[in-house]
Amino acid sequence: MADLRSDFIGIKSPNPFWLASAPPTDKEYNVRRAFEAGWGGVVWKTLGSEGPPIVNVNGPRYGAVWGADRRLLGLNNIELITDRPLEVNLREIKAVKRDWPDRAMIISLMVPCDEESWKDILTRIEDTGADGVELNFGCPHGMAERGMGSAVGQVPEYIEMVTRWVKQYSRMPCIVKLTPNVTLILPPAMAAHRGGADAVSLINTVKSITNVDLDAFSPFPMIDGKGSHGGYCGPAVKPIALNMVAEIARNRETRTLPISGIGGVTTWRDAAEFLALGAGNVQVCTAAMTYGFKIVQEMISGLSQYLDEKDMALSDLIGRAVPNFVEWQDLNLNYVTKARINPDTCIGCGRCYAACEDTSHQAIAMKPGRVFEVIDAECVACNLCVNVCPVEDCITMEELPLGALDPRTGRKVTGYGNWTEHPNNPAAVKAAE
Amino acid sequence: MSNSPLTPGVVPGRLPAASYREHFADKEPALDRHEAHVAADRCYFCHDAPCITACPTSIDIPLFIRQIATGTPEAAARTIFEQNILGGMCARVCPTEQLCEEACVREAAEGKPVEIGRLQRFATDSLMAQGVHPFIRSAPTGKRVAVVGAGPAGLAAAHRLALHGHEVTLYDARPKAGGLNEYGIAAYKAPNDFAQVEVNWLLSIGGIRVETGRALGRDLTLEDLRSSFDAVFLGIGLAGVNALRAEGEDRSHVQDAVDFIATLRQCEDKASLPIGRDVVVIGGGMTAVDAAVQSKLLGAETVTIVYRRGQDQMSASGHEQSHATSKGVRIITGAAPLRVLGNGAVTGVEFAYTADGPDGLRLTSETFVLKADQVFKAIGQTLRGAPAALRLDGGKIAVTGAGRTSLPGVWAGGDCAAGGNDLTVTAVAEGRDAAEDIHAALMAAP
Repeated sequence: MADLRSDFIGIKSPNPFWLASAPPTDKEYNVRRAFEAGWGGVVWKTLGSEGPPIVNVNGPRYGAVWGADRRLLGLNNIELITDRPLEVNLREIKAVKRDWPDRAMIISLMVPCDEESWKDILTRIEDTGADGVELNFGCPHGMAERGMGSAVGQVPEYIEMVTRWVKQYSRMPCIVKLTPNVTLILPPAMAAHRGGADAVSLINTVKSITNVDLDAFSPFPMIDGKGSHGGYCGPAVKPIALNMVAEIARNRETRTLPISGIGGVTTWRDAAEFLALGAGNVQVCTAAMTYGFKIVQEMISGLSQYLDEKDMALSDLIGRAVPNFVEWQDLNLNYVTKARINPDTCIGCGRCYAACEDTSHQAIAMKPGRVFEVIDAECVACNLCVNVCPVEDCITMEELPLGALDPRTGRKVTGYGNWTEHPNNPAAVKAAE
Repeated sequence: MSNSPLTPGVVPGRLPAASYREHFADKEPALDRHEAHVAADRCYFCHDAPCITACPTSIDIPLFIRQIATGTPEAAARTIFEQNILGGMCARVCPTEQLCEEACVREAAEGKPVEIGRLQRFATDSLMAQGVHPFIRSAPTGKRVAVVGAGPAGLAAAHRLALHGHEVTLYDARPKAGGLNEYGIAAYKAPNDFAQVEVNWLLSIGGIRVETGRALGRDLTLEDLRSSFDAVFLGIGLAGVNALRAEGEDRSHVQDAVDFIATLRQCEDKASLPIGRDVVVIGGGMTAVDAAVQSKLLGAETVTIVYRRGQDQMSASGHEQSHATSKGVRIITGAAPLRVLGNGAVTGVEFAYTADGPDGLRLTSETFVLKADQVFKAIGQTLRGAPAALRLDGGKIAVTGAGRTSLPGVWAGGDCAAGGNDLTVTAVAEGRDAAEDIHAALMAAP
């Protein structure tokens, strides 16, 4: 078994799997059971200011998108930050951390955007024994209307300002949680970095409406005939999250900023992908809400097996794919592949043909007896046939070797060459004569 | 060979050579990776899952299926083997439709359970194919344990004891280890010598010395074992066979089904095995089905299972029964043998229909005769050769707790021990649990 012990900005945990700030981490009962199940750490559900707790709706808080067999693909919520009194949460955090000293305990915070409010909350959480704080600049619903959550996360200047306050009034490591509801993820990340954040975590949920009730004509989740946008999460948002994590991980200015990866982590493989793209650890919510705390066992065994098979330490995996995440212009335009359809495994459905003939490059021939063959002179190697084929590995992309003739272009395959030096590029950089 | 299914008498080679290969190939071929992923995708990862409760070895089924789904069948295998070191054989022979798959919530909802047995085989095969053993022995304890009987119970006990660092000597009366896995189940359930492959893989943990051809009561005595080992585990199975108690039982070609199956299992060339044209199997359990189906696969023209009680009381599962009928075996229930007919060799069996009344089963005056040139008795096995010093309970070795017998330092499990249900998987659970109890006792001892 590989050593999965994790050190994220000095916060140690037995594995890199934390539960994200969300309903599963709202109270002592849940968090104790999560630790018993094996989770490495938790980010306690967001605390607000001292005073009357916020209230939640009393109708459905969640909407969902399912696959045909009711597999939960995406979840949307309109729940707000904790609706339990601050002192109760603080007492419970202290009690749990005392009993589970080896697990990471992070407190998520969201208070009004003024210095006094932040100073006050930081003072109050000081003696809980927690390992760090996470600033919730992410939630896109409810609290944003009140000038908190993603309303802060969408304004880099606010992020920087609040982060500075937190670093000024607290010695705790500070993680800034970012919202994906922005056009560019880099400015908020840079702002957190400038403000002195020890790390960023992302993504928070994506503004969304999961579906519309076509009888009541209301978005869902529906509260008394009306709906409000919620925050989308779960497997569906993973591709968005991976890109944003990687953008920060590769950027010259932010590449040294540690990242806690969040967004649809459901299996060990998802977690490994986040780690490879630069996340130092991952946070999970929807998978636990769908299947229970026990899923962490599969994440632990799977990641451990993968690291063993690759003969890598956890630290070797982190960021390993980042150098390969490049701009389009850096891709090798002289890398030529052609689709190959294996007649032995082809079941004759013709989906590749329909996709290529109707919507792409007319590069597949349908021969008598439902035999499908790629026409190399037309195939641009787009990969669509591979993606629509129901049989795994039936269609593969085969690389043409150096010097081989590409019948589509009539040119021989040459060595590396990208757009920056391509003759069709008006701004091409000419190699020195 | 000129014999055919119609050749009278008990003769070999009723079928063309190719038929034997086909008939005794894998009954239910392994899932490939894609099929396994699709099958695994159907698991709901239930909380406190009913399938786990239904498994005598309490394998964490949802976890191992999730591990398959996420592309780590080796991790899935570990999850299985932690609870059941014979998970490979159990995946092949467990009546899953009466255990985990019956309990599956999708069975209740749709009548189509998650294919737990086949997924278990996919996982265990994946790991075993790599030739690695997933466990490492603890440091030697210096304690020595004798395990008598190398069937499922004894193998499970020996493995768990070795895992804990004890030195194990594993005895078996037969020439090969494996017990019923090697000698007692239908050949098509574990082809390609799987029982021996599994035994060798299991033994690769180390610390287990196997001595075959050593029978308790003949070559070994319990007293000697007790004095030369720190503990003894008995997993000696049921070596005796019940008699029909019908007239003419001693005619030739009237045979115990277990012997027929053992011979068949050890025979490389199935074409050389003589089989009757008309075969009658008496009994209602898994052994009866295995004998009947294999008779049919060897080329018998007609094969009939006759069971004295109702079909719902047959201990062979519905799945087994329908497998038998799909192979052309006829099942007659509610009839008991009166006499075996013939002059020297059997020519038929006369049965009387039975009626279940307040005083138990009685024979009615309604009778019939089945033509037969071979008869297999499969009406249950009994304990034979148990040391006299052991207290018995209902004809089996009395045990309390995790297999503790009436003698200090002696444990028992599997079919020879009271309780249980004569399933491979139950024997594994009993062997494993007795080993844990032995371990606790040995480590507590000064």
